[in-house]
Amino acid sequence: MTHWLTVVCFVLLLVTGAEIVISHPRFYWGEVGNVMTRPLFTLPIPASRDTVPTGYHFVMPDQNGWSRYLHFQAAWLAVLTGLFYGVTSLWNGHFRRDLVPARADRSVRAFWNVIAQYIRRVPASDADARSYNVVQRVAYLSVIFVLFPLVIWTGLAMSPAFTSAVPVAASALGGRQSARTIHFFVSGALLFFVVVHVAMVMVSGFGSRMRAMVTGRGVVDKERV
Amino acid sequence: MKSMSRRKMVTTGLAAGAGLAGVGVAARLAERYGLIPPDHRGLYGPGETLTYAAQRILTSHSLAREFPRGMISKDPFANATAPANALFKQHQANGFKDWQMTIDGMVARPMSLSLADLKMFPVRSQITEVACEEGWSYIAEWIGTPLSEVLHAAGALPQARYVAYFSIESDWWESIDMADALHPQTLLTMGMNDGDLPVPFGGPLRLRVSRQLGYKSVKYITRLTVTDSMKNFGKGLGSASPEAGYAWYAGI
Repeated sequence: MTHWLTVVCFVLLLVTGAEIVISHPRFYWGEVGNVMTRPLFTLPIPASRDTVPTGYHFVMPDQNGWSRYLHFQAAWLAVLTGLFYGVTSLWNGHFRRDLVPARADRSVRAFWNVIAQYIRRVPASDADARSYNVVQRVAYLSVIFVLFPLVIWTGLAMSPAFTSAVPVAASALGGRQSARTIHFFVSGALLFFVVVHVAMVMVSGFGSRMRAMVTGRGVVDKERV
Repeated sequence: MKSMSRRKMVTTGLAAGAGLAGVGVAARLAERYGLIPPDHRGLYGPGETLTYAAQRILTSHSLAREFPRGMISKDPFANATAPANALFKQHQANGFKDWQMTIDGMVARPMSLSLADLKMFPVRSQITEVACEEGWSYIAEWIGTPLSEVLHAAGALPQARYVAYFSIESDWWESIDMADALHPQTLLTMGMNDGDLPVPFGGPLRLRVSRQLGYKSVKYITRLTVTDSMKNFGKGLGSASPEAGYAWYAGI
């Protein structure tokens, strides 16, 4: 349930975030940045505002208004979903049982072993089909405890009202424009995770994984029968 | 599935009922404490309301970040030239000598002030950042009269909840709640970086709302109206922004 709400939020945040970026596809470092200052880098796309020099001779349709409304609404839903997931997972031991790597797996070597299995395309064992291996666990934990908090923090650091109450939210990142640039890259990292994640699900059998997710039952036993 | 039925249904029903009642009570309380924005209806109303309510609770008295003089942007971006408005051009040719700002609505003493009148009020300056909804920003020093001084002089009535403000450009108007209207950094700005406020930056008169995005800082102000409800202004969504698809509250 929380997974699918998160999927909806992620897609909405990604699409609306891209729309917002299009209105000013230039990125800066520090507190301030505008068309009169030198950008850190510029996306090679036309902008939706004619005040931004992009080198293109046309202006994209401007969809910033509803994109911003929807971006923040989806962000609220994502944060509330995340809080619910976090509290219940602490409560029912999901983090401890399924996501923190088993003691024996807490080594670089165990990590590389799994990577090597992926590369050599060793078929998944029964144990793999029932629980997450160490690479999966590290990936999920990084998304939940590093990327999600960072993307929320950098988002809030762009809010003039929030930073009036919590100035350090922006200053600790080097300023408002740094926060915007980090927000962009963290979103990219999340997109990368989702692409790999979906690719892995495809490889391991889309139909059976989906059945397992919906019913909550492992597929191994059933397929044996 | 079969065995859980009755007890689970009863508890689920009770929880849902309590949840609905909770939402109802929360809505009443939010309305009472002014946590519902004028554009709370519609598809994006829930997100807008959550943002506005959360930030009002968190930031009612906080000050926008101020910066050292050395961080003032040397080459700020104005995002505008002069309004293509015949009346404005007349004022500009005249050096804005006859510029007037009227204050009406829920005030004890409606008045009309020239720029010279406004300069008789206490003057404050602040070095704050203007952040545009597009993503860019700059820092400048802003010099002007706190809106709260003018509201006190006009005698804003206690039931006032919003101040609506209008540009000489007829389709450009906004409103803010009293928390922002009485906020010490909300300035009727006439100066920028130790000089007069240049026309592209909103001169002769711009209302700087430092804790919200740039589009709330309307340029070329000619009128303020104090009111207890935004229902009868435009489409009743609070300002021209939601009518154009943008959030009324831009503290984000």
